[in-house]
Amino acid sequence: MSRRVTFKFRLYVAADTINSAQALANLHALCRAYLAGRHEIEVVDVFRDPQRALAESIRMTPTLVKLAPAPVRTIVGTLSETQRVLQALGLTTDAA
Amino acid sequence: MKSRRCPANTALRKAPTGIAGFDEISGGGLPHGRTTLVMGGPGSGKTVFSLQFLINGVRDYGDPGIFVAFEETSKRIQANAGGFNWQLAQLPRKKLLFVDAQPKPDLVQSGDFDLCGMLATLAVQSTEMKARRIVFDALDIVLALLPDLAARRREIYRLQEWLLAQELTCVISLKGGMDEPSSITQQPYGFMQFMVDCSVILNHSVVLGVSQRNLRVQKYRGSSFDENELPFVIGGSGFDVAVVRLLGRADVEVTNERVTSGINRLDTMLGGGYYRAACVLITGFPGTAKTTLSGAFAQAACRRGERTMFISFDSDGTEVIRNLASVGIRLDRYVKSGVLRMVSARTITGSAEMYLARIKALAQAHRALCLVIDPVSALSKSGNELTAHGVAERLIDWSKADRITLVCTSLLDEIAGETEGDTPLHLSNLADTWIHLNHLVQAGERNRGMSIIKSRGSAHSNQVRELILSDAGVTLADIFTAGGEVLMGTMRWEKESAERVASEVAEVAGKLKRVTLDAQQAELEVRLKAVQTELIAKQVEKTLLARTTASRKAEIVRGRARMRELRGGDAAAPKRK
Repeated sequence: MSRRVTFKFRLYVAADTINSAQALANLHALCRAYLAGRHEIEVVDVFRDPQRALAESIRMTPTLVKLAPAPVRTIVGTLSETQRVLQALGLTTDAA
Repeated sequence: MKSRRCPANTALRKAPTGIAGFDEISGGGLPHGRTTLVMGGPGSGKTVFSLQFLINGVRDYGDPGIFVAFEETSKRIQANAGGFNWQLAQLPRKKLLFVDAQPKPDLVQSGDFDLCGMLATLAVQSTEMKARRIVFDALDIVLALLPDLAARRREIYRLQEWLLAQELTCVISLKGGMDEPSSITQQPYGFMQFMVDCSVILNHSVVLGVSQRNLRVQKYRGSSFDENELPFVIGGSGFDVAVVRLLGRADVEVTNERVTSGINRLDTMLGGGYYRAACVLITGFPGTAKTTLSGAFAQAACRRGERTMFISFDSDGTEVIRNLASVGIRLDRYVKSGVLRMVSARTITGSAEMYLARIKALAQAHRALCLVIDPVSALSKSGNELTAHGVAERLIDWSKADRITLVCTSLLDEIAGETEGDTPLHLSNLADTWIHLNHLVQAGERNRGMSIIKSRGSAHSNQVRELILSDAGVTLADIFTAGGEVLMGTMRWEKESAERVASEVAEVAGKLKRVTLDAQQAELEVRLKAVQTELIAKQVEKTLLARTTASRKAEIVRGRARMRELRGGDAAAPKRK
């Protein structure tokens, strides 16, 4: 995997509820640490934009979807377990 | 709405489920605008219950509904629902929404999460379609993903609040649902049972290899309900909860109309036949012509043009028809014309509840007015002993409510001996008319005796009659009681013919005597005549004699006088001048 690949994320949050705020903070921290300068984050508030959540069948919040690079991955939760998140994103080898 | 019948329940609005029997036990349905918990093990019918609640709501009560599927995909649920006669496809699409909420198998979870996303999207859909009902099927799946008990509790409260805000009548189904109070606290979502307004426990167990389902309303805030465990079946139209007639339900209208038993003399013995909508029980050992007796009833019913159903647990319908034809009961033409429906229940397996549900469904489909179940004791096959009596009770209750004249035969246990014992189902106390058939072994032959043990509300004969089967049909013969002994069969025939001969002899003897007497009388009469004639002759003779004597005397006197004159010797008598 090339180091120059840009990671595209979409994070579905439920306004500023504790879990959602935490997930957003965790994602930002993670990107700063491992994906500096090569990430895009889109935040979707399911309360403000329920139609989008509906269209993409988002049931639980917060939900992080990694759109690129393939494969698409979905992670549910506050993203507090960093190792697990990195593993799911395919970043563990890079970090090592 | 059914709850109107119960004034105590008007305070709480109810959302009728339309599930047969459930609305009765819950006094009108589930609490309107509140949450009901449905718990049960695997295959206990949670999804069917919730789905039926939703579908009936759309179809019969105009309540649009949402089905949130956490376990199975909505496609599969809809396909499964197609197996019931709910006509899911004919429901307006916009009124019933299926939402897939299964966690994706490749879903990675890290840390806490909540259901806000789902609730936000559901709120949109619910408002759009003006939903009144919602089902969360297998909520435990998503709850299990939550990291700790506190998070689960939080999400359940979130859900609860959301539901209240949306004013939706909700059914949440959960796996497990142990009934024991001790296990409630151990369950991660056990407290849900305390939170919700109504909780229903579904149970599926196997007793001696036979599946038995039952349902229990565990709690119902603000409403009275039937607290017992009630058997139910999942049949072609979904749930069917067995309800024993509740107190306060209107009594069934009774009638004095009689229907014939198919045997003239039996009708006479019963004071005119069976009552319409009565339950007639025919008990007897194997081979005592129970089927024949019920066949005669079926034939008579068909002859009146009444739709009849004959359920045989012993043999196929065609066999029954052939066998009955041998005693002059011809049912084949009625089967052809559609009046009679023969059902072989030999192939139906399962619980007694299942039998009842099938019988009910078949009878309703056939619009049967008369029903024969041969034998009803088949309900208490192994594994069903405990439930069979309740089933039989409800069978009778149902047939009475539907004004069906029910004739059941019941096999008596051979081991029970020749006494007129009770039936295995204890049906005899429920039956209106109880006819008992038994064998009498006497002088090397076995004959069928029939007696009426009871017949409610009508005078009935106390006589034991002999049941005679022949090509021409079924007849009842008086039995002979001679010297305190009951004679049947050949002995009765012998006795009858002996009596006949004796009476002939007596008649002949009588005639002979009469002739003799006639002859004697005639003879006497002749003699009397002769004597009378003789008497007259004697009288005449006597008269003649008197006359001749007198004339001779006068002649003699005259002669003397003349002689004197002629002699002239004596002076003429002074007399003569």
